[in-house]
Amino acid sequence: MTAKRNAEVTAKIAVTLGPGYHVNSNAPHETYLIPLRLTWTAAPLEVETVIYPKAHDEKYQFSEQPLAVFTGNFQISTRFKAPPGASAGMAILAGKLRYQACNNTMCFPPKNVEIKLPVEIQ
Amino acid sequence: MYVVRISAAVVAALLALPGCSPSPRTVRAATVKPDKERKQAPDFTLKDANGHTVRLSDYRGKVVLLDFWATWCGPCKIEIPWFQEFERQYKDKGFAVIGVAMDEEGWNVVKPFAQHMSINYRVVVGDDAIGDLYANGGIDALPTTFLIDRGGRIASIHVGLSSKSDFEDDIQELLKPSGITALPSVLVRAK
Repeated sequence: MTAKRNAEVTAKIAVTLGPGYHVNSNAPHETYLIPLRLTWTAAPLEVETVIYPKAHDEKYQFSEQPLAVFTGNFQISTRFKAPPGASAGMAILAGKLRYQACNNTMCFPPKNVEIKLPVEIQ
Repeated sequence: MYVVRISAAVVAALLALPGCSPSPRTVRAATVKPDKERKQAPDFTLKDANGHTVRLSDYRGKVVLLDFWATWCGPCKIEIPWFQEFERQYKDKGFAVIGVAMDEEGWNVVKPFAQHMSINYRVVVGDDAIGDLYANGGIDALPTTFLIDRGGRIASIHVGLSSKSDFEDDIQELLKPSGITALPSVLVRAK
């Protein structure tokens, strides 16, 4: 990924879930559920916004009401901005994707996936 | 624009862990293991919400339903009211439920949840150590429920959401006084 100083750049994270599994969306309907969350350390780029896909509501054996979930393949985008004073050269953007997955009958503890994204700042 | 693909293996590996069968039930109704196949349930000592010590070995002589659950686990929420009912119904027959909450945040989230759900049985907060005791590599699928016989041995394991009747059949089987689980055929014929 290349980022020009004082300009925006978008990174996309593709996530693939196996059939029958789901993760809670970034905004679950139920407060007790753990949302999907992508976070980045600030340097060397500034995080403008993280854009999650639109969740879909799905009813499961264990839920009285449909849950807002992500399933299958989806993407999360992050818009970064390279500050005017950023040092030129290669850098690593460090991020963390936190998710909590379930299927129709069981759930799995929340997990964190570390993301290392190389970026060239020009 | 740059795309990072998080391999399916990240999640798939999690889901493929031993004991994380996608099958909704790994134990069928009243399929408690025969006596000789049962292994001793690992003992543990944990604190309940009031700071009192809960030691599994103190329950020897009782049938124990040991439920690993978490506040963020939807299927666990379905089973909890069943366990409350079992506690009420079978407590005087030598039965007890112990809930082991596996929430990382501990009592901060478990206590209000337990109050909200009016849980009437003992709840402790679990950790990796107890998870490792009961499953090689830790308990990763919730709910996971062990039914422990009066001798402190694991008689059945339910991974994932089971049916209420599956649990109840197992409990009733384990509460039967030993030695009269089946009438001798000669007595049946004599009737």
